[in-house]
Amino acid sequence: MLTDQQIFRRRAAGQPVFEDEREKNHQHMITLRLENTIGALNRVINMFSQRGFNLTSVSVGETNEPGISRMTLVTTGTDRIIAQVVKQLDNLIDTLSVDDVTEAPHVQRELCLVKVAADASNRSVLTGISDIFRGRVVNITTETMTFEVSGPPAKINGFIGMMDEYTILEVARSGRIAMRRKMEFEEDAE
Amino acid sequence: MSSSAALRYDYHHRAATRAAVGTSFLSNGSDSSAGSPGSHPLNGQTMTGSQILLRAIEAEGVDVIFGYPGGAVIGIYDEMHRLDLGFEHILVRHEQGGTHAAEGYAKATGKVGTVLVTSGPGATNCVTGIADAYLDSIPLVVFTGQVPTHLIGNDAFQECDTVGITRSITNHNYLVRDINDLARVVKEAYYIARTGRPGPVVVDLPKDMLAATAQFEYPDEVNIRGYSFPTQGDTAAVEQAAEMIARAEKPLLYVGGGTVSSGAGPKLTAFARRTRIPVTTTLHGIGAFPEEDELSLGMLGMHGTWYANQAVQNADLLIAVGARFDDRVTGKIAEWAPNAEIIHIDIDAACISKNVPANCSIQGDAFHVLDQLDPLVEPKDTESWMRQIAEWKKTCPLECPDDEFLRPQNVIKALREKTNGHAIVVTDVGQNQMWAAQFFSYVEPRSHITSGGLGTMGFSVPAAIGAAFGLRNARRMDPSAQTPDLPVISINGDGGFLMNAQELVVAAAHGIPLKVVILNNGHLGMVRQWQELFHEERYSHTDLESTNPDFVALAEAYHCVGLRCSHPSDIKKTIDEAWEVTDRPAVMEFRVVKEEMVFPMVPAGAASDQMITSRGNLRDVA
Repeated sequence: MLTDQQIFRRRAAGQPVFEDEREKNHQHMITLRLENTIGALNRVINMFSQRGFNLTSVSVGETNEPGISRMTLVTTGTDRIIAQVVKQLDNLIDTLSVDDVTEAPHVQRELCLVKVAADASNRSVLTGISDIFRGRVVNITTETMTFEVSGPPAKINGFIGMMDEYTILEVARSGRIAMRRKMEFEEDAE
Repeated sequence: MSSSAALRYDYHHRAATRAAVGTSFLSNGSDSSAGSPGSHPLNGQTMTGSQILLRAIEAEGVDVIFGYPGGAVIGIYDEMHRLDLGFEHILVRHEQGGTHAAEGYAKATGKVGTVLVTSGPGATNCVTGIADAYLDSIPLVVFTGQVPTHLIGNDAFQECDTVGITRSITNHNYLVRDINDLARVVKEAYYIARTGRPGPVVVDLPKDMLAATAQFEYPDEVNIRGYSFPTQGDTAAVEQAAEMIARAEKPLLYVGGGTVSSGAGPKLTAFARRTRIPVTTTLHGIGAFPEEDELSLGMLGMHGTWYANQAVQNADLLIAVGARFDDRVTGKIAEWAPNAEIIHIDIDAACISKNVPANCSIQGDAFHVLDQLDPLVEPKDTESWMRQIAEWKKTCPLECPDDEFLRPQNVIKALREKTNGHAIVVTDVGQNQMWAAQFFSYVEPRSHITSGGLGTMGFSVPAAIGAAFGLRNARRMDPSAQTPDLPVISINGDGGFLMNAQELVVAAAHGIPLKVVILNNGHLGMVRQWQELFHEERYSHTDLESTNPDFVALAEAYHCVGLRCSHPSDIKKTIDEAWEVTDRPAVMEFRVVKEEMVFPMVPAGAASDQMITSRGNLRDVA
């Protein structure tokens, strides 16, 4: 029988103690508000490689607040690692706020463009598939069609999977963006 | 320029007051730069970037900068020559030496060290020192020259991506792209360097920014919206800590460098003595608690005392104050302190529970958190715990035979006797470092300076020079003349000494009576030790004996006094002779036995209580 302290130490050394959710790697979505300055993005990305953290997806863009950009990071790790990721992000001078939205009710979206080889013979089939995924045709040529589809990653993967039955020429994904459904203060009040 | 002279006096006076207070300005949450003079008297004047930079440095209360000129910063050096500034510039002989000197200055005084170098190689030569300061949380501002903005990215002469290179080894860095930002950036750089968890900040200065002109507007306040740090700990957490301490039967204070840098040494000492809780320190915590005290267990960890590690392994509560559970402290982390609950006090949230999860986390400055904790903790009855510790101390004390061999430990002990512990000891890295940590018995905060995190050989000589300048200036600026005239002792091995020996010229040029010790065993001793213990005595590339220079002649070539000691009976005489030299450094070469090893030792990957205590018990552990 291990004492609490021994359990702590084993976890610290990266040894599994129980098959416990906390010790498994989970995907987390972390949103950042950061100074929109040269090098700020670099600092964030650099921190991940400096400290050996995993980074699956990054998306960044401007916001309604002048001089502030918003970033959504997708990273994988145990609870302990994720806690470190959040603290190290918060330590960056350019970071204004850090929020791990994974556990909170949130919306997440990814935008995807898929260019498929298409001619008169299969255009309507492809459009039909796209409709099911609430996709749109954004460009058409004599030999290709380009679809736009947005949604959570599972939906995008499903769409790409379907299109893979045909000839995909190019795929571009934006990386995920995420947002809490309610503001944090609303949740605190509940 | 009378106004300038008045200004200079004012800054010096303020800096002196700040140093004399002793409590670090780290602890203050707001902009605590006592250097902010309300509105700067030169505000509104049109100046070049070079002038703005120098006036801003001056306004920060800096009394010395360490630097090396070059093409990209020639304009700054030109203004330095022309202006009457409130600080002096020390010309080092290698930029790495400059950064280490600034580190030594910062560690000895608690103030921010300043470095000024040129672009390209000037900047890259600083990288080791910046990384060193980052790992050891030493406040540093490094100004690097840069090619003109229109040439950045063109692979221009002496160009390198300084902000890119230093990003992961600084608390923050800046590339100044608009001259109107320059004064603000300088103020922010010093603020970030000294507040929160201290550390290095790099400011990269393109040459055209230095030549351009703008109105000097030195801001009164710093406002960085993404930067905040608590000073006080969370009240509930502090109360929880007090309860844990009340419950504990075998508590142990585990004290790190944050205690020294926040100025909490005296508070911690009072707290430990009143509550009767024994104290062990990390390498950087040395000096926070007087090692002569019966409550002191000395240093813990890989080359810590056997009894400190025993205490850790048996404690039921560890109170970590400004320490970071480094791997050199914990050894095999899964078996470290198996019975202990942990209270972790640290200014850096990311440090807490990073390596070892804490049961009670208090993010705050050691100085303030101890203030909060102290009234909540009753004196404890630790008598039986202390009896156990006393037994451990008898079982395996730190000792060294006094025989016919010139043993390095006895040199350290002789230095302790000579100074009675009132000295600043600056060590290099390796065996000399560990012996200096084990055998000097430190009594004061800031009396021990070393490169702990990065383990930079070649640190000692330049860092000692920086510390000596810091002390000299503190004495000059101390209106009450109460700053003691402490000797600065640089302890080296024969390997590390050669890595920055050129800086001795600087000490000689300024008449700094540094006491430089070379423990010459003709080998890279620590590596040799590992080769003997763990690599079947294959001494691969660690023998320096036949190729070492004549250190006495080398010292004299650098305008220092050179002394050699080859016999244990001459140790004291050599030290006495060195102490008689007052106008230049004295270099003492001790020809010590090469077989001497640093014991006790936790071998890599072993638990903290599995220490090798001598050559004899090596097999038992393995």
